[in-house]
Amino acid sequence: MTTTQEQPTTGGSAFRRPKATTGFGSWFTTIDHKKIGILYFATAFLFFSLGGIEALLLRTQLSSPDMAFLTRDQYNQLFTMHGLTMIFFGVMPLGSAAFNYLLPLMIGARDVAFPRLNALSYWVFLFAGIFLYSSVLLGGAPDGGWFAYAPLNVLGGDPLGETLGFASEQSARMMFYSLGLQLAGIASLASAVNFIVTILNMRAPGMTLMRMPVFIWMTLVTSVLMLFAMPVIGVALWQLMFDIGYGANFFNPALGGDPVLWQHMFWLFGHPEVYIIILPAFGIISEVLPVFSRKPLFGYTAIVFSGIAIGFMGWGVWAHHMFAVGLGPVANAAFALSTMFIAVPTGIKIFNWLGTMWGGQIRFRTPMLFAIGMVAMFTIGGLSGVTHAIVPHNYQQTDTYYVVAHFHYVMFGGAVFGLMAGFYYWFPKVKGRMMDERLGKLHFWLMLVGFNLAFGPMHVLGLQGMPRRVATYPDGMGWNLWNLVATVGGYMIALGFLVFVINVLKSRKGGLPAGDDPWDARTLEWSTTSPPPVHNFNEVPVVRTRDDFWNRKYASGDPSRTPLRVPSGGSGEAGADAGDVAHDIHMPDPSYYPLVAAFGMPIMAYGVLFTPILIAVGGVITIAGLFGWALEPSAEEH
Amino acid sequence: MADATIQPAERGEDAHHTSLGLSNEKMGMWSLIGSECLFFGALISTYLIYLDRTADGPGPSEIFDIPFTSVSTFILLMSSLGMVLALAAVQSGDMRRFRVWTLATAGMGSVFLAGQIYEFTFFVEEGFGLTTSAFSSSFFVLTGFHGVHVAVGILMLLGIWAASLTGRLTPSHAGTVESIGLYWHFVDIVWIVLFTVVYLIPAE
Ligand code: HEM
Ligand SMILES: [Cu+2]
Repeated sequence: MTTTQEQPTTGGSAFRRPKATTGFGSWFTTIDHKKIGILYFATAFLFFSLGGIEALLLRTQLSSPDMAFLTRDQYNQLFTMHGLTMIFFGVMPLGSAAFNYLLPLMIGARDVAFPRLNALSYWVFLFAGIFLYSSVLLGGAPDGGWFAYAPLNVLGGDPLGETLGFASEQSARMMFYSLGLQLAGIASLASAVNFIVTILNMRAPGMTLMRMPVFIWMTLVTSVLMLFAMPVIGVALWQLMFDIGYGANFFNPALGGDPVLWQHMFWLFGHPEVYIIILPAFGIISEVLPVFSRKPLFGYTAIVFSGIAIGFMGWGVWAHHMFAVGLGPVANAAFALSTMFIAVPTGIKIFNWLGTMWGGQIRFRTPMLFAIGMVAMFTIGGLSGVTHAIVPHNYQQTDTYYVVAHFHYVMFGGAVFGLMAGFYYWFPKVKGRMMDERLGKLHFWLMLVGFNLAFGPMHVLGLQGMPRRVATYPDGMGWNLWNLVATVGGYMIALGFLVFVINVLKSRKGGLPAGDDPWDARTLEWSTTSPPPVHNFNEVPVVRTRDDFWNRKYASGDPSRTPLRVPSGGSGEAGADAGDVAHDIHMPDPSYYPLVAAFGMPIMAYGVLFTPILIAVGGVITIAGLFGWALEPSAEEH
Repeated sequence: MADATIQPAERGEDAHHTSLGLSNEKMGMWSLIGSECLFFGALISTYLIYLDRTADGPGPSEIFDIPFTSVSTFILLMSSLGMVLALAAVQSGDMRRFRVWTLATAGMGSVFLAGQIYEFTFFVEEGFGLTTSAFSSSFFVLTGFHGVHVAVGILMLLGIWAASLTGRLTPSHAGTVESIGLYWHFVDIVWIVLFTVVYLIPAE
């Protein structure tokens, strides 16, 4: 037990400090990881819906040959924004939402390591998305594809500073790409640092690394991947910005630049990024399957180590995206081999999941259906990925719909199905209410059937030679039927999500009361109330085994299995009488400085586009925010 | 009631019960530094790839003034010493000496930055600017980003200096100072690498 350092009450704070932890205003100042998790989810889901609407527009255009629903330019903008939105503003932050909400609860901690940094990362993410979408009003959205191959995107080359704005429309659009992703990257980096430190340092007593839930392991691997992948794309994006905006020559062959450098840097980031997207889903599945099979996870160690192996190996395979560039046979062969090897740990996971279900008492509730759907769809995506690693196949398939089919099976069939499983699974914990099972199952079947209708035919289209990224196609190529089917499938998915939204709105207030542990689950978050109190646990749990909560439930005769007191912090003497506990646990106070600091950043980004004055203004706001943050005590004396 | 409060998680050095016994702040800083290694790694790789892509503009040996840069390098390295002394001061509870050394460190960093700004303007006058060639682009962006890091470090130093004036930073926050020190030393070490790669190696 230590004595808290006496804090001056209003040390250096120029404004009145926010106090409220409930009500509308509190969402702007909150640093509670659970509220931030909810904010992350709501925002990411909005972006996800936006990306979905874009996908429907694309599919409408492709539903029949020679369509004139969209122009080629609109089509290019839409598929670029769709890809960017889904990856950086939809699926990745949906993963973050789950991490934010669950991480401290699952490791028995009261909070993340840096609560305010957490808030900062949310606000930066939100502003990054708004910034990127503001391009629609200011001259057009980026249209160079999500991997934005240079120098295709640096056309014109007239420095924006000179022409003040959008004389070269194309390059201005790609400035939004560069700056928007740069901002999103800052957000990811901040959360990665936060999660890594939280996992390594804030675990409940007794929770060794090998007793952590698999979801936490995957959070750790994902965060490490983010930590190392973001700076690589960051450098490439800066270089792109200097090329477009200030006439530098990184990717300009006329003055010695090399466009292939962009591709190397992009994919050195881009391949790990695929795992950043899919690993959270792996983690979720590994929590859901055991609970609904009423068996411990089969091969915990194998799952953990294969996850770590994927984290490492993900760095050695980037050039399989570049076979068609002409790196030479040796490089191609090496990358083909390494790519096939990475299928091994992934395969191990799939067998472990099947082994978990094998012989279990399976309960087919909605989370379980999505989990099984994820395993099945992801396996198909993985298999088509392996065919893609074979270089001669790749020459044939690259830039056709075969690839589009493959990555949607992985990113949608894998990541989104997984995330949905997690949503249905943890919703009762967050809201204290059950989701509606009937609507949930309807959502699942609409999504599963729609998904296979939408993306299954794309394999065929690809093998028939239909290129990706074309706005339309002529009649008589034999592509009409499958394209129509794919479009119908797309709309079915959308219908499924509509059902999902209705279900959420309905169950939020009207669902059946869930109780603390409605699924008879295994991990610590189910040992506290639903929804959890601000401080998560009245008594920080002490962990003795993997699946400790489960063991405690089913070995209740054992006196050593009762929860223990927190060694430091936590409930003090007064907390001894249980009714008073919450009163004596003080969490750090809310703060609006993260919001202020984040707000300066998009202003700086607009400054790069319009006028340096804005860079200065934004810089001052950000620095002021950070100084206010540093000078404000993190908790008021009570 | 002070001793019944939860340790505010942000003040890592106060949170005695951390799983690894290291403070959160220090671990966060180490993670950030790991990330920065890749950031500078990518920039340095680009620079090395473009070393001879001068597109008829000046090349490394024609333009760099090694004696000048050696002096500013020396000043930056000395600032690391200032940082060490500032940390020692705060650890021994001497806040006055801490403030002196913190400002001195920030000052030496600023001198280095001023030298870099002077050098950049000089190069541009000589006809070696960002747009000259792929080589020049990678030079300015690489060293420029190092300069930005120095500037961020100076801001952090001013931040803890201001915090110590308001009484928010006390000897019990030595961990904060130590983390910022880690960052500062890291930025210095990066400069040693850059100085070697950019200025010394091409000169022979
Ligand atoms: C309703 C569900 C979805 C539908 C109907 C859909 C449809 C499409 C279509 C038609 C394209 C354009 C293909 C082309 O012209 O080359 C596309 C591209 C893409 N989609 Fe989706 N998609 C969906 C969901 C997702 C999700 C969940 C993700 C990611 C997590 C995703 C990631 C991408 C990416 C990265 C591209 C490539 C963009 C580019 O070529 O730059 N999509 N999608
Ligand atoms: Cu890849």
